[in-house]
Amino acid sequence: MRMQQASTQIAARTAAIIAEHQGLEGPLLPILHGIQDEFGYVPQDALPVIADALNISNAEVHGVVTFYHDYRREPAGRHVVKLCRAEACQSMGGDALAAKLEALLGIGFHETSADGAVTLEPAYCLGLCACAPSAMVDGEVIGRLDAERIEEIAREVRA
Amino acid sequence: MGLVHETDYGTPAAKSEKQVTLTIDGRSVTVPEGTSIMRAALELGTEIPKLCATDMLDSFGSCRVCVVEIEGRGGTPASCTTPVAEGISVRTQSNRLGAIRRGVMELYVSDHPLGWDSNSGLGGSEFDAVLKSVGLTENRYGTAGRNHVAPGNGSLNIDYIARDTSNPYFAYDPAQCIVCSRCVRACEEVQGTFALTVEGRGFESRIAAGPTNFLESECVSCGACVQACPTDALREKSVLEKGMPTSSVVTTCAYCGVGCSFKAEMQGEELVRMVPWKDGKANRGHSCVKGRFAYGYSNHKDRILNPMVREKIGDPWREVSWDEAFAHIAKEFRRIQYQYGKGAIGGITSSRCTNEETYLVQKLIRQGFGNNNVDTCARVCHSPTGYGLGQTYGTSAGTQDFDSVEQTDVVMIIGANPTDGHPVFASRLKKRLRQGAKLIVLDPRRTDIVRSPHIEAQHHLPLKPGTNVAVLTSLAHVIVTEGLFDEAFIRERCDWSEFEDWASFVAEEQNSPEVVGALAGIDPDEIRGAARLYARGGNGAIYYGLGVTEHSQGSTTVMAIANLAMATGNIGRPGVGVNPLRGQNNVQGACDMGSFPHELPGYRHISGDAVRDIYESLWGTKLDNEPGLRIPNMLDAAVEGTFKGIYIQGEDILQSDPDTKHVSAGLAAMECVVVHDLFLNETANYAHVFLPGSTFLEKDGTFTNAERRINRVRKVMAPKNGLADWEVTQKLAQEMGLDWNYGHPSAIMDEIAKTTPSFQLVSYDYLDKMGSVQWPCNEKSPAGTPIMHIDGFVRGKGKFIRTEYVATDEKTGPRFPLLLTTGRILSQYNVGAQTRRTENVVWHDEDRLEIHPHDAENRGLRDGDWVRLASRAGETTLRALITERVAPGVVYTTFHHPNTQANVITTDFSDWATNCPEYKVTAVQVTPSNGPSDWQVDYQYQARQSRRIARPLEAAE
Repeated sequence: MRMQQASTQIAARTAAIIAEHQGLEGPLLPILHGIQDEFGYVPQDALPVIADALNISNAEVHGVVTFYHDYRREPAGRHVVKLCRAEACQSMGGDALAAKLEALLGIGFHETSADGAVTLEPAYCLGLCACAPSAMVDGEVIGRLDAERIEEIAREVRA
Repeated sequence: MGLVHETDYGTPAAKSEKQVTLTIDGRSVTVPEGTSIMRAALELGTEIPKLCATDMLDSFGSCRVCVVEIEGRGGTPASCTTPVAEGISVRTQSNRLGAIRRGVMELYVSDHPLGWDSNSGLGGSEFDAVLKSVGLTENRYGTAGRNHVAPGNGSLNIDYIARDTSNPYFAYDPAQCIVCSRCVRACEEVQGTFALTVEGRGFESRIAAGPTNFLESECVSCGACVQACPTDALREKSVLEKGMPTSSVVTTCAYCGVGCSFKAEMQGEELVRMVPWKDGKANRGHSCVKGRFAYGYSNHKDRILNPMVREKIGDPWREVSWDEAFAHIAKEFRRIQYQYGKGAIGGITSSRCTNEETYLVQKLIRQGFGNNNVDTCARVCHSPTGYGLGQTYGTSAGTQDFDSVEQTDVVMIIGANPTDGHPVFASRLKKRLRQGAKLIVLDPRRTDIVRSPHIEAQHHLPLKPGTNVAVLTSLAHVIVTEGLFDEAFIRERCDWSEFEDWASFVAEEQNSPEVVGALAGIDPDEIRGAARLYARGGNGAIYYGLGVTEHSQGSTTVMAIANLAMATGNIGRPGVGVNPLRGQNNVQGACDMGSFPHELPGYRHISGDAVRDIYESLWGTKLDNEPGLRIPNMLDAAVEGTFKGIYIQGEDILQSDPDTKHVSAGLAAMECVVVHDLFLNETANYAHVFLPGSTFLEKDGTFTNAERRINRVRKVMAPKNGLADWEVTQKLAQEMGLDWNYGHPSAIMDEIAKTTPSFQLVSYDYLDKMGSVQWPCNEKSPAGTPIMHIDGFVRGKGKFIRTEYVATDEKTGPRFPLLLTTGRILSQYNVGAQTRRTENVVWHDEDRLEIHPHDAENRGLRDGDWVRLASRAGETTLRALITERVAPGVVYTTFHHPNTQANVITTDFSDWATNCPEYKVTAVQVTPSNGPSDWQVDYQYQARQSRRIARPLEAAE
């Protein structure tokens, strides 16, 4: 079970990540990526530490974090499934697959299963239109999805 | 009386010298290069519809309503972001443009609830005006989509966010918002706080004060966002409650020495809101939380509206008529003078009151009391400025206007905390810093100006309290020994041999950064770096505050500052200078008006026969040629039994003056203490007569700000107490047998102008015409004097004065190992008499003791614990705030709340030249405590007792 990180611990680890990137030009995005890699999400407690280090306001950091959908506000499940919901995939039966996947996982998009096993997210084009419909599971892209492949994915991530 | 209209040109004025001529809708117009087409069109009177543009902010180009057509260019560029070009021909109206604008507005409307009630203060926004001007008649998209509108009518509207009413003064309604980001940009560009952002993206974009609500965010409640909002999304709560104002009057804020101009916006005699006036030259359309919002004290229930008298200070107050009060005072003052001598009474003028009122009080004392026992609260703040700058430059005032900061390259801030004390100036300063100006800060605390979003001082010298002179002389040491001084300037403008004498003194080893650094607890390299930057960084300007003056060597510090500016040639042009940041709204004016016992108006010594002649012939009385008593002398004399009566206008000496116990002993020994104030302040606990005062909204007059700018104060409502303060003083004078017949404050100003050379051309008519002027304003400089000492110092040659460092007698030791320094906070003002009676208390409802974590740990203190704060003078208790803003060994508190009684702690050490008290250095000990000190308990009891007002008995049935 995932415990909420103590805020002092978050601050210390955030400071180390900031130190790694602070010399870059425009260090905020690399720092946020580093934090997401470290914690799996961008903890709220990290924001004031970043703001102070870069001498910008909390509001500015908040604005950037909320602008990018890929920065998570809370921890994701152990597996992350991103199903493409864009036009090409829709035209190849993506909607039906999406409904099926939701049913199989028992969660909707932007949700994480109660056991913390999986998070389901929409993506708007993975650049795999030639192999539509497509998805990305834990960072790996999968093309030419059909009902069978969807069931397989669901089994894998629920395991 | 209608609303004062201000034109919004959409984009800021261009500063280019080069002129460009173009044609707009067939008419030719010539404007400076870099002007936007939008602004050029408005110069012709053509208003192009706009939403995201306003002339307080740089153009942004997001709303797409202000589109125009340019002959020979494709597309429809936004007129706010497109600069003018020579010879182009612009069309602001066409069928195509009309269709585009209607299309854009239709999309906005589909996401924006319509049909507000204009009586409730809504429906009068710029957005509504643009809707009307583009002639939108339909909304084909409906408002039921996934949008900002409140749920209901069958829609779920999952993006709906409820109103944020957490700020006491304004509400944020996301449903009304069009995300033009004017508020975000106002917070960044105008205020410089960066507390707002756009959250999310695309259709979900919302304005947010970071991850929290407005109150808990970094927002400082300056209200620039509310002023910038073109919709009803950000609105003053007062407008939501009362509706839009119907008339307005331009007046001047009565809080700090920045002297912001405001439009007081009214409905009849009721104030609805204060809006900063863009033509105000001190604030240029900006304000802080106090000026814009904290005016509620003017009709607070604590305000006293009837004169009151009592025989003994232990008695309850008895309400009397004005006539009875005046008669009582006149009788008592004459009796005291008969019994104890002419010099047994005196008075104190107020830096809160107008120039005219101050002038009358000192006139009453000199003419009516027949002595010079007049002093002012500037005694306890900027009297060393008057002395120090008077000695070195020949005039007792700052050298620049606030606009000057826009041309400054290096700013040195000494003992001032502008983001809290002078917030509007701080915003202008921060804007310049973001443009690249460098910053040096000398302050024991790490104040917000040292480092906050997007600004950071190049050098922060966290000197030990009390070592100002040593550190400034050390900066001079570096400038002299490294040859960084401006020889040409010194030879031309100062006395070279005086400079050589001074230079040989500062060059001594004892003044080197290495010696002084050890003494003041700072890195010598930082001193060297700061000196080099100030001397060679371009235009160098010094801004300083009470951290300079309120020391035993306050006057010496001011001279050391003056020396630095002269040695580096940083005097007499825009962008440089020596600028005291004045505490109260009219400190400068009160000093100008002859409030000091040794000076007649215009800083002319009372011993000068020629000056006395002017007033003696006008007033028809002989004036005493000896200076009278200063405030501390009056109190000493009272304790000794030779000083028995005092008229105190608008000052709370018991709370604001040092060594409270001595002040209370002095007041208690007097036989007739007259307090003239809005509230039963702490001093009134010892008063025999209370005269109710009027607020700045209730009278005409002038305030003079820190730039020497004389600003008009205009009456917007009748005095609730019946008489404006100048009328009270006049009636008292008449009762004492003086032949005063001023019909209006303008007549008093006429007398000031007639008798004071630096005010020669000032009159209300002239001020109405000019907006405001900076003295000297006379035949030599009829438009006033924004920058002083341009071609030579007022005294002739600038004078270098040796500044020997003498450590204060207030020293730390085993019993009192910490140094206490005092100051203030953004949301509260001075002794808090006004701001404590407004909603500003949500930000600061008690004084806290700032202490470094090391010192706290040594004493076993946790954040929020009650602590006992003791000095040689006394002790009090308050709660601790653990922070690294203060250095180890230093503690800090504010003095806004009477329960804290910070001045019970401060000692009676004072400046050697002017008696300005040493508030900024007190040796103290801090220990855990579990409750208020005996003094606080006794004081509370005494204060409650002395505030009782006897009500007339109900007639029996």
